[in-house]
Amino acid sequence: MLDIVRSVPIEYYLMYSSILFCIGVFGVLIRRNAIIVLMCIELMLNAVNLLLAAFSTYLGDAQGQIMVFFIMVVAAAEAAVGLGILVMVYRNTKSTDISLLDKLRW
Amino acid sequence: MTLAIFITLAILSVLTALMMVFAKNPVHSVLYLILTFFLIAAQYIMLNAQFLAVVHLIVYAGAIMVLFLFVLMLLNLNQDSEPQKSVSWKFSGAIAAGMLFVTFIGALKGASLQGPESPDPQVGLVKNLGHALFTDFVVPFEIAGILFLSAMVGAVLVGKRDIKL
Repeated sequence: MLDIVRSVPIEYYLMYSSILFCIGVFGVLIRRNAIIVLMCIELMLNAVNLLLAAFSTYLGDAQGQIMVFFIMVVAAAEAAVGLGILVMVYRNTKSTDISLLDKLRW
Repeated sequence: MTLAIFITLAILSVLTALMMVFAKNPVHSVLYLILTFFLIAAQYIMLNAQFLAVVHLIVYAGAIMVLFLFVLMLLNLNQDSEPQKSVSWKFSGAIAAGMLFVTFIGALKGASLQGPESPDPQVGLVKNLGHALFTDFVVPFEIAGILFLSAMVGAVLVGKRDIKL
């Protein structure tokens, strides 16, 4: 049995991941630079990944860690396409300020 | 001892994540996020998820963050030129994120989280995960390859200046 399963309750991981996720949400809400917003989304994905890995270890089941692996795959694809879109936005507006992009707002 | 290491790593990573959100210079933000990712990799090692720790370092710190830094340098955003949101907006953002946190804690408080008495500690090793990945999860694995191909084509297509069909 792993030392960490014995000494750290799973509730601590829940608390820790919730804090990291909420910091990510906070960053998305208050920043206007689109690159920082994308980075905050990566932080939120990481918080969820950590919690999945913790549950997987505490249950002794590999499926949670496989799920983390696929989330990483999707995150890498998302970052590549997102940054491509961002470069295109910068070419057209000469800025990465997301509050300029309000054409679709009601 | 393990609990002390866990709490130290957790506090440090929360602090670096906050620094990432609050840093004025985008390059500093990226560097703080890389630091956060290293601390999360240390958490994976503590959980004996060695495969995930290595993949996390390679994919996030090695590939995604380098891509972010590259775009920052390319767009010449490495100065604090970002217009700030108003104080009231920041305040309401903090309240919204805090409410979300309270909701999480409230929802998870009553959950019964009783795992097995002695879970298998070998589950995160490369051998076991590789076996699971290439037997039970081989179809999702191949689909992930197709997803990568389409993401690559999409990134190139989005980045082109004018597309003639």
